[in-house]
Amino acid sequence: MSRMSAEEHHHILTVHVENKAGVLSRVAGLFSRRGFNIVSLAVSPTDDERFSRMTIVVDAESSPVEQIVKQLNKLIPVIKITELASEEGVERELMLVTVRATAEARSHVTELTAIFEAKIVDVGFDAMTIMVAGEPDRLDAFSELVRPFGIVELQRTGRIALPRIARQPVKLRAVRTARA
Amino acid sequence: MKLTGAQALIKSLEMEQVEVMFGLPGGAILPVYDPLIDSSIRHILVRHEQGAGHMASGYAHATGRPGVAMVTSGPAATNIVTPLCDAYMDSIPIVAITGQVPYSVIGTDAFQECDTVGITMPVTKHNWLITDANDIPQIIREAFHVATTGRPGPVLVDVPKDIANQEMDWYWPEKVDLPGYKPTVKGHPKQIKDAARLINESKRPVIYAGGGILKARAAEALRELAELADVHVVTTLMARGCFPDDHPLCLGMPGMHGNYTAITALQRADLLITLGARFDDRVTGKVSAFAPDAKVIHVDIDPAEQGKVRRPDVPIVGDCRVVIEELIKAVRSEQSKHAKPDQTEWHAQVNTWRHEHPLTYEQEEDGPLKPQFCIEALRDNTPDDTIVVSGVGQHQMWSSQLWHFNHPYTWINSGGLGTMGYAVPASIGAKVGMPDRTVWAIDGDGCFQMTAQELVTATAERIPVKVAILNNAYLGMVRQWQELFYGERYSEVYLSPDLPDYVKWAEAMGCVGMRVDTPEDVVPTIEKANEINDRPVVIDFRTDYREKVYPMVAAGSSNDDVILGPSTDKAGGR
Repeated sequence: MSRMSAEEHHHILTVHVENKAGVLSRVAGLFSRRGFNIVSLAVSPTDDERFSRMTIVVDAESSPVEQIVKQLNKLIPVIKITELASEEGVERELMLVTVRATAEARSHVTELTAIFEAKIVDVGFDAMTIMVAGEPDRLDAFSELVRPFGIVELQRTGRIALPRIARQPVKLRAVRTARA
Repeated sequence: MKLTGAQALIKSLEMEQVEVMFGLPGGAILPVYDPLIDSSIRHILVRHEQGAGHMASGYAHATGRPGVAMVTSGPAATNIVTPLCDAYMDSIPIVAITGQVPYSVIGTDAFQECDTVGITMPVTKHNWLITDANDIPQIIREAFHVATTGRPGPVLVDVPKDIANQEMDWYWPEKVDLPGYKPTVKGHPKQIKDAARLINESKRPVIYAGGGILKARAAEALRELAELADVHVVTTLMARGCFPDDHPLCLGMPGMHGNYTAITALQRADLLITLGARFDDRVTGKVSAFAPDAKVIHVDIDPAEQGKVRRPDVPIVGDCRVVIEELIKAVRSEQSKHAKPDQTEWHAQVNTWRHEHPLTYEQEEDGPLKPQFCIEALRDNTPDDTIVVSGVGQHQMWSSQLWHFNHPYTWINSGGLGTMGYAVPASIGAKVGMPDRTVWAIDGDGCFQMTAQELVTATAERIPVKVAILNNAYLGMVRQWQELFYGERYSEVYLSPDLPDYVKWAEAMGCVGMRVDTPEDVVPTIEKANEINDRPVVIDFRTDYREKVYPMVAAGSSNDDVILGPSTDKAGGR
């Protein structure tokens, strides 16, 4: 489907930022002002409390990644940006989905849950909530398969990513290195 | 030493060698205005906060030092947004200090509260909300550092009232430590070598000089490079004066209202040596048709400018002056090794264009007064180093075209944002920074009406600027577009020549007001104005509303399609 072709234009940026008030607003504002598209965005603390890590999936169709990276780098609280091509990073995402599952459908949904190594986290009389973690494609597939039962609510965290541990010479493209 | 936040703020400004600031007090900034009484800093009380911002900008343009503006919260902060955006577009170092409601009530929609930091985020290089008085010296230090280094720009510091009243232990930080901000100053040696080789190999090179030359104080280096490599120079609207107009290699301004030679030389060039310029749409016209055969060297301190509009063959990130000085050495070494191609034909071609397509207009003896005639008369009857400040519109284009700028920092205008009303306050700021120089604002009647009240400030503070209003009773540039592109359907552009009465208005503001209707009165009136040095002067030149700015490249057109003026363009003339 179009999703695959769209994904080819997706780039993952891991952005180390100073952990200060308003940084998310600066980053989000930059994207809207320059007409860049964010596909997904996840912000999390790092092991160093002075910094946070933003994992931003950008749509390189909207503008060249190079320009996005350069503009991001101009933000004072942005310390370092690493661009990961899909094959260079380990990406994961988490999804919570509440599916309509009456008594007769319940076993079908449970079966799908087992196949996907997902987890049922809440059950009601006619619905259950399932947690799926994995690569974004896998989450897409799961939501497609449960859609016929009726999706009540669905939420995804957005992707987080880390570079693959290099076993060969490092292919990481450090766009800007942190300087002391 | 214990100080209040307010005292620490003023002391920090003194530590940053601030001599003058432009502002207007109000509720939330009251605590900071109190220690100002005991400070060495001269404060200029404006009549509208927009004026404070543009004055700071004019001051920064003229002196190269950061302009400082201080206003209160809410409406005052929103009033200064336009100057900040203007300075952001034109890379002018401004430090704006705004009052804010007490930190303890932020978010409660308190009186005169607004999210100043949020509003100004996209129009400042960076901004800060102070949440602890102990941070004040550090943040002020950082603010000046960010505003003046790298690609300069405006910054804003928002100071809540309770923080200004909070006590702190005074200190002055030894250094600035911003881990995410380290501008690259020195160009990459290999890139510089590549650039020098391209320069020495090219047959039709042109230097495309932008405002970055002036920001980097690189005018002298530019001249040396141009002369060494014998390359013509075009100076963009933001760069006028960075290379002398009287220099044989100077081609003047390119772009939408540039002269034919400057536009066409760029179009036919085989190499653009782009120095501190950003391929603005007003320069390039239709980007895909801009300088189609040219390789591009692009020197800019802002890496994001490289490849933003036009992909350079040789990108060099660095300070223009530092890079040009290295480039000079590299070109010299290149020249010692390889002879450069014969450029006689190219130089002859450029000279032919110059002779065939000069800027023209006709002033009939009994006819209506032409705005171009007024500008030339001003040019010829003022000192060579006069600082010219303009607003935005036809008068701005004519001033840029016709003035002979032979010194850097003599041309001040609003380029990127195109802020009408810029001239009066910016000229005041320039005169404050350069009190010994003659400062003429060349303004339009539309522009003048937007910010004229700052002449009250000028009179009160004894800042004798001179203002020439080219009064054609219209929003002239809009009228020009309506005439050319909207079938002469004039929608809401008429202003009236007599309403307001500019002479009386000037007099009411404590200025000398004069009016000129005929060509023979132009020079005597300018001479009279030049003799007045104890107060501002305003001259109301009643000019021909039909006059249009030519040459012109219509928006979105290729720079190959230059529309020449009626007197030279036989086909389109009348």
